[in-house]
Amino acid sequence: MLDRTSQIAAVTPVCGRALQITRAGRVLLDVSDIEFGERSVTAIVGPNGAGKSMLIKTLCGLMRPDRGNVTWNGRPPARSDYRRLGMLLQHPVLLRRSALANVAYALKCAGHDRSRAERLALAALEHAGLSHIAATSARRLSGGEKQRLAMARAMAMRPEILFLDEPTASLDPASTLRIEEMIDKAREEGTSIVLVTHDMAQARRLADTVMLMHRGGIVEHAPTQRFFDAPATDEARAFAAGEILI
Amino acid sequence: MKTNAIRWSAVVLAGSVLTSGSALAQEDEFIIVQSTTSTEASGLYEHLLPMFQEESGLEVRVVAVGTGQAINNAENCDGDVLLVHAREQEEAFVESGYGVSREPLMYNDFVIVGPPADPAGVAGSSDVVDAMTKIAESQAPFASRGDDSGTHSKELQLWEEAGIDVAGTDGGWYRETGSGMGETLNTGVGMGAYVLTDRATWINYGNKGDYEIAVEGDEAMFNPYGIILVSSDHCENVKTEAGQQFIDWMLSDEGQQAIADYKIDGQQLFFPDADESDS
Amino acid sequence: MHSFAEAFGQAFALIVNFDADLREIVFLSLQVSLTAVLVAAIIGLPFGALLAVSRFPGRGALVVGITALMGLPPVVVGLVVYLLLSNAGVLGPLQLLYTPTAMIIAQALLITPIIAALARQTIEDLNDEYDQQMTLFGLNAIQRLVTLLWEGRFSLMTALLAGFGRAIAEVGAVIVVGGNINHVTRVMTTTIALETAKGNLALALGLGIILVAIAVTVNAMVFALRGTAERAAYA
Repeated sequence: MLDRTSQIAAVTPVCGRALQITRAGRVLLDVSDIEFGERSVTAIVGPNGAGKSMLIKTLCGLMRPDRGNVTWNGRPPARSDYRRLGMLLQHPVLLRRSALANVAYALKCAGHDRSRAERLALAALEHAGLSHIAATSARRLSGGEKQRLAMARAMAMRPEILFLDEPTASLDPASTLRIEEMIDKAREEGTSIVLVTHDMAQARRLADTVMLMHRGGIVEHAPTQRFFDAPATDEARAFAAGEILI
Repeated sequence: MKTNAIRWSAVVLAGSVLTSGSALAQEDEFIIVQSTTSTEASGLYEHLLPMFQEESGLEVRVVAVGTGQAINNAENCDGDVLLVHAREQEEAFVESGYGVSREPLMYNDFVIVGPPADPAGVAGSSDVVDAMTKIAESQAPFASRGDDSGTHSKELQLWEEAGIDVAGTDGGWYRETGSGMGETLNTGVGMGAYVLTDRATWINYGNKGDYEIAVEGDEAMFNPYGIILVSSDHCENVKTEAGQQFIDWMLSDEGQQAIADYKIDGQQLFFPDADESDS
Repeated sequence: MHSFAEAFGQAFALIVNFDADLREIVFLSLQVSLTAVLVAAIIGLPFGALLAVSRFPGRGALVVGITALMGLPPVVVGLVVYLLLSNAGVLGPLQLLYTPTAMIIAQALLITPIIAALARQTIEDLNDEYDQQMTLFGLNAIQRLVTLLWEGRFSLMTALLAGFGRAIAEVGAVIVVGGNINHVTRVMTTTIALETAKGNLALALGLGIILVAIAVTVNAMVFALRGTAERAAYA
């Protein structure tokens, strides 16, 4: 099941229905119907405050919507399902342990015994080109290494679906490239990917479809090519052209 | 790893509780003596107890507190034997049924120590009531235990005889330290105050500075120590047999001789009193 | 005033001789205070952590209460434990008064609020940071607490040292419940009190210097351990 060459069999569909989050009378998220489950890469774009992070956190069960509901595989999110669903937080938390122990810990949480977890963790680090820092304290790594380690940790479980919240924000071009390579690998293994990004070029490079959010709602969701070449809405047209959406 | 940490803590905890437990579950039998501080601070027990222990195999654990607290602890059944120096309170303790009987054990005397400047002009006096009247009149500082100890009740009794109401003073010349004999001496020496102390504590006291005995030799300064077995009628857990064994030894010729033999710098600190069984 | 020079001389002589009596007293002090820290940690750390992550009515008052109890006067703790353990008290039948166990109980009571209050603050800050990540790990409530406690181990170590410092230095509680019985319940602080009462101030101060040296040694060992653990960072 965790053979790196094998494909992930099926993807747990993650659905949101009539999701709404309101704070102090302001609607921050208002999404009527959304589903991720196909084997593809979706980029979610939009200005700050559009509700991108809020949407994927809600879908991952990290935020509770004021209205509506989230289902995984048709059921409410359950703790045990986190081994099938992964998320890379915008500011991932690395434990105060070695890089290897960080990955092994996540695997143990997912139910692997100690020796298997360490073996898989080692493989995951190798896969991410991080073998050389396996014994280094995670908190002492550089920004780029930290992000790659967090990514490797999220991928080690071989999630069926992986949410990435601005994984390359504040990374230099070289580190960005390494992360994108890892995203590519995950896709090749059959993981469905949802990627929040401000980098339009990155969306073009990686995504099969692009979703534009604005003021808490989804404005447009289209295949990447069409999104950039023939957007259907004024907002998407403006955003793709690099104009500022307010 | 986390579970390991927990397991470890549990092991360490169990280990230390066991070891501390074993320290108290000793094979040897022991008794607890609730005692006044002067006998401890004077070093008497370190002289006496090894002899008794060697002979009887019985361990004596001494809790040295003020006489008031010692009696209070004994009333709570937290001791087998009471060894204090406040005659009236001791007799009340026995009459109330807490103690079996009070046996006179030994005596020494109280002295008033003071600074060489002698602001109250009492040095060399052997009339304690007169001396205390002078101290009060001259408003020379006086440091009192103020802790309901045997020495403190003796001191209050002397003030009463002198007709001086120290309860009405406000901390001017009459200062209550609310602490033990040694602490009160430390305080008194520090502030140049007169202090009433038992002679044994004074002789063994290491912080005399330039202090000297000012008043001594008055019969009113007689300081008798009594020893009492706590009554098993009142306290079920009292080790009557072992307690009585200790008391018997203390009152025996051997024990009395051992008390008389305890000297510091050639001075005898306590005088055997067991034979004058009536006093 | 040559008391200080004399005190250092006494301390030096004590250390050089390090006779059986002193060894016994030092060992008992460490045994009592370290065990008290252990007991207080086993109670205080989970309690503080639980308080940090849970929300219930009256929580604020409880936090204020625990924090205020950091200032518990030792002699009051001693009295409470005495009244409980006395033969006239409810726990009298256990026969624990005037034993090292009684001293451990008193010191554990004294420092549990310190450890719990400091742990609460540490864990609460950490929980803000770790909350979502732990959800993603799929941890249940207990696993969360354990993870937070382990992740906060370096800060929590300081909380334990604060507790140890308070325990090894206090005299008010142990003298009441231990009775300062020679060879049974006599520890560093009660010995210092006794020597002070005997007017042997230099000796008392010398013992005080040794007590400080012991505290420094224990702290240094913990920090050395921590340094090694951090360098290895593989736990």
